[in-house]
Amino acid sequence: MTQTAIEFRSVVKRYGDATAVAGIDLAIGKGELVTFLGPSGCGKTTSLRLIAGLELPTEGQVFIAGRDVSRDPASARNVGMVFQSYALFPHISVLENVAYGPVIRGTPKAEAQARAREILEQVGLAGLESRLPAELSGGQQQRVAVARAIVQQPDVILFDEPLSNVDAKLRRKVREEIRSLQRRFGLTAVYVTHDQEEALAVSDRIVVMDKGRIAQVGTPTDLYEHPANPFIADFIGDANLIRGTVAQGRFTAPGMALPVSGPDGPATLSIRPERITLTPGGPDRVVSATYLGSRMEYTVAAQVGEMLVSRPIFEPRLKAGQDVSLHITDTDVSRVA
Amino acid sequence: MQALQGRIGLFWSGLLMAAVLALPWYKGGATLASALSEGVAGRVWLLPLVGAALALALLSVATRDWRVHPAGAALVGAGLGWLLLQGFGIGLRGPVLPGLGLLFPTAQSGQPGFGWGAWVAGIALIGALAEVLAARGFCRGERFAAFSIIGIVAALSLFVFFPILKLMSAAFVGPDGTLALAPFLNRITASDLWSVGCLTGAGRCGVVINSLVLGILSAALATALGLALALLVARTDFRMKRLLRAISILPIITPPFVVGVAIIVLFGRTGIVTVEVAEWFGIRPTRWIYGLPGILLAQVLAFAPVTFLVLLSALEAINPTLEEASTTLGAKPVTTFRTVTWPLLRPALAAAFLLAFIESLADFGNPIVLGGSYDVLSTKIFFAVVGAQYDLGQAATLSVLLLTLTVAAFWVQTRWLGRASYVTVTGKSDAGLVAPVPPLIKWAAVAAVVPFVVFTVGIYAIVLIGGFVKDIGRMEMAPTFGHLWTAFSFEINANGLQLFGSAWNSMITTLWVSALSAPLTMAVGILTAWLIARQDFTGKRAFEFGTLLSFAIPGTVVGVSYIAAFNVPPIDITGTMAILVICFVFRNLPVGMRAGIAALAQIDRSMEEASQTMGAGGGRVLRDVVLPLIRPAIFTALVYSFVTAMTAVSAVIFLVSARHNMATAYIMGRVENGEYALAIAYSTVLMLVMVACVAAMNWAVGKRRLGRRTGVTGTAQPAE
Repeated sequence: MTQTAIEFRSVVKRYGDATAVAGIDLAIGKGELVTFLGPSGCGKTTSLRLIAGLELPTEGQVFIAGRDVSRDPASARNVGMVFQSYALFPHISVLENVAYGPVIRGTPKAEAQARAREILEQVGLAGLESRLPAELSGGQQQRVAVARAIVQQPDVILFDEPLSNVDAKLRRKVREEIRSLQRRFGLTAVYVTHDQEEALAVSDRIVVMDKGRIAQVGTPTDLYEHPANPFIADFIGDANLIRGTVAQGRFTAPGMALPVSGPDGPATLSIRPERITLTPGGPDRVVSATYLGSRMEYTVAAQVGEMLVSRPIFEPRLKAGQDVSLHITDTDVSRVA
Repeated sequence: MQALQGRIGLFWSGLLMAAVLALPWYKGGATLASALSEGVAGRVWLLPLVGAALALALLSVATRDWRVHPAGAALVGAGLGWLLLQGFGIGLRGPVLPGLGLLFPTAQSGQPGFGWGAWVAGIALIGALAEVLAARGFCRGERFAAFSIIGIVAALSLFVFFPILKLMSAAFVGPDGTLALAPFLNRITASDLWSVGCLTGAGRCGVVINSLVLGILSAALATALGLALALLVARTDFRMKRLLRAISILPIITPPFVVGVAIIVLFGRTGIVTVEVAEWFGIRPTRWIYGLPGILLAQVLAFAPVTFLVLLSALEAINPTLEEASTTLGAKPVTTFRTVTWPLLRPALAAAFLLAFIESLADFGNPIVLGGSYDVLSTKIFFAVVGAQYDLGQAATLSVLLLTLTVAAFWVQTRWLGRASYVTVTGKSDAGLVAPVPPLIKWAAVAAVVPFVVFTVGIYAIVLIGGFVKDIGRMEMAPTFGHLWTAFSFEINANGLQLFGSAWNSMITTLWVSALSAPLTMAVGILTAWLIARQDFTGKRAFEFGTLLSFAIPGTVVGVSYIAAFNVPPIDITGTMAILVICFVFRNLPVGMRAGIAALAQIDRSMEEASQTMGAGGGRVLRDVVLPLIRPAIFTALVYSFVTAMTAVSAVIFLVSARHNMATAYIMGRVENGEYALAIAYSTVLMLVMVACVAAMNWAVGKRRLGRRTGVTGTAQPAE
């Protein structure tokens, strides 16, 4: 991390008796794309709005570009925001939408519009300047929203679930566009989503939130392969959580023994479904076999309980009722408790 | 940013300095002296204000940010507190609070009311207070929102709650200014309030009983008629639907007593119908119409369109698939109506009933014209203040009673019914067909509606014709413009245009007051709506209830309370045009507010947030984003407040003066003198002006459909 763009210091946000954010400490580096990920009501959107200044913290401080902005309203901060509904002003043209911010901040109108034109060209919307937002397609509207957010060279650009209004088919393309724009302009970005696949695909780092707190911060690989606790393991991707005990560096559970690190005592392991291999014949039994096109998914009754297993489609297929054995090696598991 | 905030701070403290150093502090124009020179000349209690202003100016220059400095908050709070304390504490003839008399011996000579200086100082202090609070996180730091909230709260306190409290205190305070519970208890238990003689057959009923009987009967009949109208329009193929909808607009533009006058012309002792009936059937003409029957008739005609609109929207909100479900389960139409439609309508029926009940209690125009010896609370209050003996204590006591009744009904309506409404429209499109009502119910509705239509048409025919014939009361039908000429004669001679007609003065005042109050009402109403719909702040629920409550205060009570509150310093504005304008602004505030809230509910909040993140402050957001998108609501609020200001009579009748008379009050006077033709001619002119305004509104709103439609697109799924 070169330089800190945004910093949360013990930030708490309460609404009456309800606590939305229960104490967050976090630093986001310049040029980084950080995602807030979590189930609904976890405080991710509130955290985003705290950066925007659309909410002010009850306790703690928020710093943007090294300045304490905890008491500054949104209008006094230099942030760009892309809203879930895009929030384009329907009564003015695309050009006026993009030039709105610079005009508000005192740039002469002609200069603001020239800058807006330039940005619109860079996001591939040249020629549509004089349209009204309602006359654009959803994807185009979103690019206008992004153009409007970056035209003022903000300290940070905020994305509030930007793909939720995009057609499922288009999501991959749009999120790649967002990512490439962010890299091209060297923007610091904070991105909120409840979709873990989207978060894995788009982020430099992911902040997983749960009940107003940060559950884990890390790169997509970190989070997927080394989840810090059962909540993360279960929330990001699918996981088989196995309870057992550790003694002298060995984890034991019914029908299972693996070397693990960490202290002795009760422990929980997380095993990803695609890390488990199955061979015909053995003590375990296939309960259900589901064909998913790109892969096969099996539920296997093992001694430790039901296990979810995901296998590539080109492997020999197994049938429900068939006896199998599970194969897991110590590099395939991570200890989550 | 710091520099800008510093500038804003300098603005308020500069304004405060101007207010205490340069502007005339007191009202009246007798002296143009500022607070400083008045203070030096002997009214020393003004000097602390001057000191606070200087200290605040010093602070805003010397410190980096005076708003977060503890001394800034202390100075602003103390300044505002002292401004009010000295203003209300030292009256025209000396100190009201004895302590101030001891502190400032010179206060014995008293002081006049607030002038420009005091008003501007108040506004500057409120602005500074908003700055101080916003800097501490109030309204998420949005200064414009903070200023709006504090300003509106201050205005509501001053022009709605303070007068009501003052009036209540007048009910308990004797003429010598001491607390007098005994007279209050005497008045409130008097038998002319509570007697039930008319029910038991032993004489007349008390005013309260009269009001309640009238209110219940009127509300019940109006609700039944409204239901019949709504069923015909929403659930039948009745052919006169357009006519019924048109009739529903009429009461909005009709001055309250016009219907009453027309009823007298028709059914009075020498009325058209009465005379005809007497000739044909040999029935001796009586004055039966004066009293309960006449008021009831006029009120039902006036309120049925109101209940009609409430019930129509309820009927249209019932999901037709519910009725279809009942039919597929084997229910006959009558059974479906009885077991599904009727229960779903019940909350709306109760709401319509309570609405009409409140309107009936608050109604002043019809009882005063048609009441005869049937006294109700609103007329009794009027005569206690305007009649031979000016008795503010009596008027106040009656007002407390009336206010209790209407506020209780209002409270029931908002609290109890708010929860019980069955809204079955879900946003999904339900492709059901509305079930036509069973024939039996349809014909019952027709039977109720036909007389209503006949009456209404008859009454408006009288209004249209009556002003332009010699004497409609005596059936002298020779056409004439004489009445119009009496009211609106003019001459163009060497001195230019000269207006001689007796009505010009009141007409011009009415137009001025309406034109001034309508935009103000709209602005305050829309701003309030925006605050309620979009801002989160401490005390928001109380704020919302307070603004809505002003809706439940009868005009008569407002009128009396303004007299009680504003004919003495520090705010002595009775007899001015300002009091008329202020009265309308705060009476009609809820209308603009409701239109605004409904429109804002259609608009995606994140558009405003987008504007904020791009650097717009609250005022800019309102101007750039909100106002363009809710333009139709703005026009509706504007025209509605304009029209109400032109037709209202109950509050203004107390507030008009010889210099500033209003059209309705003038017409009222003509009615009292029996000059019906003149009254009707003037009413017609008044209504024509209003129809022109409604037409202007339709034209303007029709042109602005685009903004609203695209506004909704912003919230929904964007088209791909």
